[in-house]
Amino acid sequence: MTLPSDQYGALAFSMRGISKSFGSVCANEQIDFMVRQGEIHALLGENGSGKSTLMNVLSGVYRPDCGSLEVFGKQRFFHSPGDAIRCGIGMVYQHFKLAESLTATDNIMAGLSRTQIADAIRSVRQAADSDGHEDKTAAPIRSSGYRKNWKSDLVRRFASRFHVEFDPDKPASQLSVSEKQSVEIIKVLIRGAKILVLDEPTAVLTPQETKRLFGVLRNMRDRGCSVVFISHKLGEIMELCDRVTVLRKGRSVDTLVVSEVDTYDLVERMVGHKVELEIARPDPNPEHEECLRVDSLSYLDEKGVRKLSGVSFSTFYGEILGVAGLAGGGQKELCEVIAGIIRPDGGAIAVDGESITGLSPRSISAKGVSMCFIPEDRLGMGLVASMGMVENVLLKEYAFQKGIFIHSDAARSKSEQIVEELDILTPSISHPVRLLSGGNIQKVILGREIHLKPKLMIAAYAVRGLDIQSSYTIYRLLNEQKARNVSVLYIGEDLDVLMALCDRILVLCQGENMGIVDARNTTKIELGQMMSGTKLEVLRSGVDYVSNR
Amino acid sequence: MIAILTRPEFIASAISFSVILLLGTLGELLTERAGHLNLGVEGMMLLGGSFGYYAAVQTNSLLITFLAACLGSGLGALMYGFLTVTLRVNQNVTGLALTMFGAGLANSVGSKVAGTTTPEAIRAYFLYQPFHIDHPSNDFLKYINRAFLSHDLFVYSAILLAFILAVFLFRTREGLALRLTGENTAAADASGIKVTRIKYMYIVLGGMLCGLGGLYLPLVQQGSWTDSMTAGQGWLVVALVIFVRWHPIKAIAGSFVFGALSILGYYVQLNPDLSAMPIFNQYIMSMFPFLLTIIVLVIASARKRAWSGPAEIGHSYFREDR
Repeated sequence: MTLPSDQYGALAFSMRGISKSFGSVCANEQIDFMVRQGEIHALLGENGSGKSTLMNVLSGVYRPDCGSLEVFGKQRFFHSPGDAIRCGIGMVYQHFKLAESLTATDNIMAGLSRTQIADAIRSVRQAADSDGHEDKTAAPIRSSGYRKNWKSDLVRRFASRFHVEFDPDKPASQLSVSEKQSVEIIKVLIRGAKILVLDEPTAVLTPQETKRLFGVLRNMRDRGCSVVFISHKLGEIMELCDRVTVLRKGRSVDTLVVSEVDTYDLVERMVGHKVELEIARPDPNPEHEECLRVDSLSYLDEKGVRKLSGVSFSTFYGEILGVAGLAGGGQKELCEVIAGIIRPDGGAIAVDGESITGLSPRSISAKGVSMCFIPEDRLGMGLVASMGMVENVLLKEYAFQKGIFIHSDAARSKSEQIVEELDILTPSISHPVRLLSGGNIQKVILGREIHLKPKLMIAAYAVRGLDIQSSYTIYRLLNEQKARNVSVLYIGEDLDVLMALCDRILVLCQGENMGIVDARNTTKIELGQMMSGTKLEVLRSGVDYVSNR
Repeated sequence: MIAILTRPEFIASAISFSVILLLGTLGELLTERAGHLNLGVEGMMLLGGSFGYYAAVQTNSLLITFLAACLGSGLGALMYGFLTVTLRVNQNVTGLALTMFGAGLANSVGSKVAGTTTPEAIRAYFLYQPFHIDHPSNDFLKYINRAFLSHDLFVYSAILLAFILAVFLFRTREGLALRLTGENTAAADASGIKVTRIKYMYIVLGGMLCGLGGLYLPLVQQGSWTDSMTAGQGWLVVALVIFVRWHPIKAIAGSFVFGALSILGYYVQLNPDLSAMPIFNQYIMSMFPFLLTIIVLVIASARKRAWSGPAEIGHSYFREDR
């Protein structure tokens, strides 16, 4: 351990024997969790292992069924999130809690007491004094006259103390995801939080934004604050955190010093057994039989922005074609056009040589095209959240059934089969899917699509937000589809995965096809060049563009 | 037509009529800012009116009259609050129930004082017109005097209240807490705001304002109690809140427009030329405010972004929801 020992003497908080169940689901069972002052402590666990529940108990959102909580040496029992924040515990939720129509400043200032405001003003002034700024910046924020924008001034200066930047006068709806996160962080810090809890903060950030966030968190640790960092991204934990507590199936497994363990060790503790971190890649069907053919496809969105321009490619049976590209590069539109959800402005789409351009989603799906699109909030597309698995399976089938009554027996047995095959954790197949964990929801979508026995399967962001174990299950499922001679179109974010899983990779940049490369013979650098707008033929046109860089 | 619209008498009675709508709108606006749609405005107006009027006849005390009006409508709102905040019952259904329950209770209380008129002691308070000029020196002043300055203290207080509420909502910490609760209750809760207290408080306060609006009708305007006398004005209020986009100051203008439309029929009847035209039939005229309501709602749904109210309206909040 590299930290000097005097930096972590006292405990910031300790949770002992915490249990919490929701109906028949036991989310936390006798969990012990202790965090010291001045450390970044990771909370690691698979989806559904109880991380978020435990932190919601800490922040006063859930009341535990049993167990005790001590904060800065005092026994506490929280009746509301307000109690927790008054004890110095600040939570940044995975799904931000901001009023979209209010400005950043209003979101931050709402609910602050007069003393909290006075404290914030004092801390800003002290910082200005100690930094030896000119009188101007150190001037009282609330000068004698009434100043309309003293609040946004205060917020801006308070944020700059933590090297966080956003426009305090913008409504929350106009802030970027990372700015919203900054607002959330400042919101709890201005309330005097000494313990900062972040629930999967990097899930929605770009690598650059993640780096900036890490800087902010290290800065907080150096000021003696405690940071609880919930994540299942091992690399980030290894890079950022001092200690890690591993949860498995609602129980605490271990607390370890990060510098003394390696990733394989952590995965084993998290999952409970050894996990193969290699993705198998069976050889594709050598016959190159064409399944989907897309010809110079174009699409303008309702604002008139060109999302796809002249995209042409084919997919083959028994092969996984990957699609890479920066966020918003047209991947979503490509999927939706193929599935018939939106209509293209030009171009043709054919399956097995038969045109499907302009058909309704239902008739396209009857032709054997199935889509599994995981949006950022997971539940937005493809599933009806309040319904059980059986109804959700039926959604895709009822239209083709005979008679006026619904036949749910087949769907019922199919659901049971999906649960078993994909190892889905659910109390019953009629349990509302909304109440399942993210990974299980995604497995339900995928399982349903697989059971339609499609010719072409579109899997877009299928592992978004998933932990290692579930991600590898999904890779395995996609490979099984490939082995069954299904043509798979895989839209992914992680280049390493694309290169390990797919047979060919198509790169989209601003709605244009940059070229298709063989996944076995490409490099991340080459893909990166194409993602930022260099066409493959330019890259390989004799000029040794890549190696010159 | 224009001659009617610019008559000082018309403007004066439009203002006096719109006070009922204004107080109701301010009340409902507060409730909706807390994230609750209370469709029981009609019921709360009737409760406030009947309780207040009954107290006026029985006690001759203005203070007790006001308190009784607040008690009647506040109790109705409290019931709504208990059902929707604590028990998390559907807000629309609860509001409709309150309308029917309120009308029933109000009519049975009102029947005890049916046939009476407002006591002289009370009426005297409303004869006092603080801004009235006794001897206007020229025609312009005469006009202004007749149209705008000849109202009782109650009317001016209601307008002043709109300004006070605007300052409260947009300039004070408590107002910001209220707005955040209505926009995102979970965020307010996480910020340490006592959301249950806020919701109860502004639901009940809003109900009381509706009740005070309802009181003006039997006590001053009509001077006697008639069963279900609000005759749909509570429903106008629900649309008015959307029309004024949840803003107290716009509520002054909005309720004036609706108030003017409501009494237009009466003034058209005074003019034989106009009242002979079929479109100015008194029954059709009495539909005008509701036609405007429909137009307002159509505009509101067409321009969703700008016309959408506090985001939490209609949702019940349960902290441990997953």
